[in-house]
Amino acid sequence: MTDAHTTGSHGTGPFIAAIDQGTTSSRCIVFDKDGRIVSVDQKEHEQIFPKPGWVEHDAAEIWTNVQEVVAGAISKAGITSADVKAIGITNQRETTLLWDRNTGEPVHNALVWQDTRTDALCKELGRNVGQDRFRRETGLPLASYFAGPKVRWLLDNVEGLRKRAERGEILFGTMDSWVIWNLTGGTDGGVHVTDVTNASRTLLMNLHSMQWDEKILQSMHIPAAVLPEIRSSAEVYGHAKGGVLDGIPVASALGDQQAALFGQTCFAQGEAKSTYGTGTFMLMNTGHTPVNSYNGLLTTVGYRVGDQKPVYALEGSIAVTGSLVQWMRDQMGLIKSAAEIETLASSVEDNGGAYFVPAFSGLFAPYWRPDARGVITGLTRYVTKAHIARAVLEATAWQTREISDAMTKDSGVELTALKVDGGMTSNNLLMQTLSDFLDAPVVRPMVAETTCLGAAYAAGLAVGFWPDTDALRANWRRAAEWTPRMDAATRDREYKSWLKAVERSMGWLDEDTVEE
Amino acid sequence: MAKNIQSLERAAAMLRLLAGGERRLGLSDISSSLGLAKGTAHGILRTLQHEGFVEQDAASGRYQLGAELLRLGNSYLDVHELRARALVWTDDLARSSGESVHLGVLHQHGILIVHHVFRPDDSRQVLEVGAMQPLHSTALGKVLSAYDPVAHSEAVEVERQAFTPRTVTGPEEFESLLDLIRARGWASDVEETWEGVAAVAAPVHDRRRMPVGAVAVTGAVERVCPGGELRPELIAAVRDCARAVSRDLGAGRF
Repeated sequence: MTDAHTTGSHGTGPFIAAIDQGTTSSRCIVFDKDGRIVSVDQKEHEQIFPKPGWVEHDAAEIWTNVQEVVAGAISKAGITSADVKAIGITNQRETTLLWDRNTGEPVHNALVWQDTRTDALCKELGRNVGQDRFRRETGLPLASYFAGPKVRWLLDNVEGLRKRAERGEILFGTMDSWVIWNLTGGTDGGVHVTDVTNASRTLLMNLHSMQWDEKILQSMHIPAAVLPEIRSSAEVYGHAKGGVLDGIPVASALGDQQAALFGQTCFAQGEAKSTYGTGTFMLMNTGHTPVNSYNGLLTTVGYRVGDQKPVYALEGSIAVTGSLVQWMRDQMGLIKSAAEIETLASSVEDNGGAYFVPAFSGLFAPYWRPDARGVITGLTRYVTKAHIARAVLEATAWQTREISDAMTKDSGVELTALKVDGGMTSNNLLMQTLSDFLDAPVVRPMVAETTCLGAAYAAGLAVGFWPDTDALRANWRRAAEWTPRMDAATRDREYKSWLKAVERSMGWLDEDTVEE
Repeated sequence: MAKNIQSLERAAAMLRLLAGGERRLGLSDISSSLGLAKGTAHGILRTLQHEGFVEQDAASGRYQLGAELLRLGNSYLDVHELRARALVWTDDLARSSGESVHLGVLHQHGILIVHHVFRPDDSRQVLEVGAMQPLHSTALGKVLSAYDPVAHSEAVEVERQAFTPRTVTGPEEFESLLDLIRARGWASDVEETWEGVAAVAAPVHDRRRMPVGAVAVTGAVERVCPGGELRPELIAAVRDCARAVSRDLGAGRF
């Protein structure tokens, strides 16, 4: 989407500006009171790969881009800062930065969530307990995604950093903290804060107290002096200093998946959203209690509005969904564009007996089997490339079903409807298949940009632009709904076959090679 | 049976020759293979070259198949690609108009609905993707009949059924209606297919200005057409949406 929307029919404001500091780009979207998009600006930043498995971002470049896209979106909207009531922030989660509080200079590139350099460190930190050592307190397994081990790595590997950190000269933050600190003045009085959702991805915050956990800090050897203050997701942290939005309240922060949950207005217990991109992230609102997962899901904070009680969520992710379609296009050459997968898959009535388990880098939730690898099973001479295309789409739907089942087991709440967003929602066959496999309605909202919308909503709530979450619900519009058409017997039979296929993907790697 | 045109047969034979075996051939290879005089062969090759079906290598002077042939083979626009490109724009149209939005393409003597955005109220609605609409009475059908010659001949050749007293069925009346649509750039359907329902549609073009589909806003006649007049802002919004989708498909501004 390169053009600014200039559909004319939204009034003259006021507006909310949402900044989405994402993994590949930074964006700013201006929303009106109905939650409609007024303008968009976007800029990509460099992905830095110093070694296999290492992924970094230049935080200074990111801050420059954020300033540019904010100015761009305001100018495309044809408005001034006087029309903007608040700024909301959403961000790539877990990406970790340390910077000098006196100069504002990062001490190292940011370590991106995908970066796996802390794998060995995480094993070491697990001691004799293993990866669930901090699960009770944090809701998370010890894994390289999360911020805490990345902080530890930087303190251990950047020369002299630990000393400076202990003297209080160094600040840590995920990208929300970095953007807010800079927006509110940086070295000139910038506020050093993070929100509960981002803090819940560090492995350092206690989910029950919503505070940094001192025992874990000691175990990970991280000085408390570097940590930002943990605040709610929707409150005024400070005011922008300088730039086109000088003086405007900075009033929300939410990790991207939590922001999508908020933007989809999943405010009631049991409501869930799933975002279909390269990979897929599904979150379910579990109300005011953190639900422990015994089925391979993460327990995380969904959001906290001001001084209200926090809302928790269960999260499950699928590593390979949209990227499987890309693989069919780029590596297999079976289709010319991603959208064509639907054309090919629609040319047959069913999968012809073929199942595709895309465990390209092992199986994630709910199995967590790094020894698994991708398989296509059930092949006969009858199977054509169209059946394989169908199996590709079904793989995404079955994996969603598995996560949904795990969520039901952990929370005791049945999924009543699934709200979807992301690029793959334009695939009608996939959405229908999803509804068939889940045996529940699948609903697509009218604003596809639910992540930015969530950040805008939270900021708007904080400054009274919207009175309460009911007003936000009233803004939610259904663009499409798919209802189940598959009979129970077929669904059960197919699910059994899928589970058999999943079994066949396991144990491919020998135990001693899994470490690689 | 009429005699076939000899020069076209010769041109076809040249293309087959260039497509098989050795890819680049000189003028004398071609003329001798097909048993033609060099002058005749050269004339045909020059014409094919002008159309982009044949290219001449600058260094060797030899001939090979041209890029235009490849484009011909790939020109079909996948309807799912069309939907993916149209998604944000049609969402926005539904939101701004307060009515439901459909994206349709020509398919088997009718309009196939390939995308449907619900009317943005909380009412229960059923997804109409995959449904067919008639060519001669709906806004989508008429606008494509006006712009797409294939749709036109199909709409003209069939017997046009009167679904309501307002359906236009007479051949001359129908043609002058299409003239009007072409002149205005949009089509309407005010209770010509369904009682109580009105719609406005505009064409979507691809990068070669070919009509590949159409976008329509559909709603209750009282809202879309209050006092018997179509709301002008609705017409503008539909045309803006169709232009935006066309631009995303690579069509120039028009």
